[in-house]
Amino acid sequence: MADNTSEVVFRIRRFDPTSDAEPHWEDYRFACAPGMTVLEGLKLIKEKLSPTLAWRSSCRMGVCGSCGMFINGRARLACNTQVAELESDLVTVAPLPNFNIIRDLVPDLFPMFQAHLEAQPYIIRDDTAEQQQPSGEYWQSAHQLEQYLQFSYCIKCGCCMAACPTYATDPHYAGPMPLGQAHRYNSDSRDGGFAARKALLSGERGPWRCHFAGECSRVCPKGVDPARAIQLMKRQLVFDYLKLSKQPCPAPIAKPPAGLKRREGIPEAPPRTIT
Amino acid sequence: MRDQELWTWHIGAGAVILVLLGLHMTVMHLEAIVRVFNPAPGEPVDWANVVARGKSVFFLVTYVLLLGTALFHGFYGLRNILFELNPGPATKKTLSGLILVVGLALFVVGTWAAWVGFTVARGA
Repeated sequence: MADNTSEVVFRIRRFDPTSDAEPHWEDYRFACAPGMTVLEGLKLIKEKLSPTLAWRSSCRMGVCGSCGMFINGRARLACNTQVAELESDLVTVAPLPNFNIIRDLVPDLFPMFQAHLEAQPYIIRDDTAEQQQPSGEYWQSAHQLEQYLQFSYCIKCGCCMAACPTYATDPHYAGPMPLGQAHRYNSDSRDGGFAARKALLSGERGPWRCHFAGECSRVCPKGVDPARAIQLMKRQLVFDYLKLSKQPCPAPIAKPPAGLKRREGIPEAPPRTIT
Repeated sequence: MRDQELWTWHIGAGAVILVLLGLHMTVMHLEAIVRVFNPAPGEPVDWANVVARGKSVFFLVTYVLLLGTALFHGFYGLRNILFELNPGPATKKTLSGLILVVGLALFVVGTWAAWVGFTVARGA
């Protein structure tokens, strides 16, 4: 059987706050199997070469957003990046820029999640009782769904924040992820929280600082376009100031289907377990 | 709230500037096609044409409007550039106040100059 392995060097930025004053680079050379991802390379290093190496990861399938790293000069997910696609036998891995480093490849994402929290990334409505004891689904058309669908694919990995030149120089700027998520909910027809989110959006930390470099959208591993969300949000806020925007009432509850007959062999839904 | 307000005015001022600069280009560079703004023969910068435009209330209004919108648009941009250097809250407040005072002073001087030009042209 032919041996398809090739040798690669992982150059990793190491930093241990208990012993290092500054981060430094360390090289690890090993045989790379075809299809090996950067995350698998890191696991191999931890297993065989340097057990103290630290990073975050969980799902290893590009869903959880834990393993955002700065790989060969670009913010990417380590689990979603094969070594072969980097087209180099030198793989440089560093923690995401624009964040403080906790240790090795672990960035401190607290400022990002704090801004995310301020953006109130959840459905805000007056009918609290209905939300706690739903009597049905909120009605939404396919067109209304399309207004926010792509923004809902965000996995909060922080790659956009690491690529944003404005966030790199202005720590007060909320950043593309929180602003993109604020727009995701503002453009959801089931939501009525635009006024509540204006505290963050209409002030100095809002979308006004965005220079529209577009790097956030370029690096997003899920194909989300936060730069577009921010520009749409600017338009929404300008129309709101000019009182030209129509604030629609949040979507009503969909009526239960009428005139439908259950097909034979399909059982009834089980009773509620939560009351 | 304040940035939402200022940004909206910034965009609005930009749109007005676009229209007024279009008018300026028409008056100064399309005189062969559009003679209505330059009734006297010769170039748009000839004295007779300058006086003819200077007598017009329409041009007085456009001069003042262009001055106001250009000052607001430019100084708001300058404020944004300075704010991106991350000054402290007190410095931000001082810079905003300074820019407001300088902008207003320039607007008053420019408006006075436009008014004087208007009265001189009317007297000529």
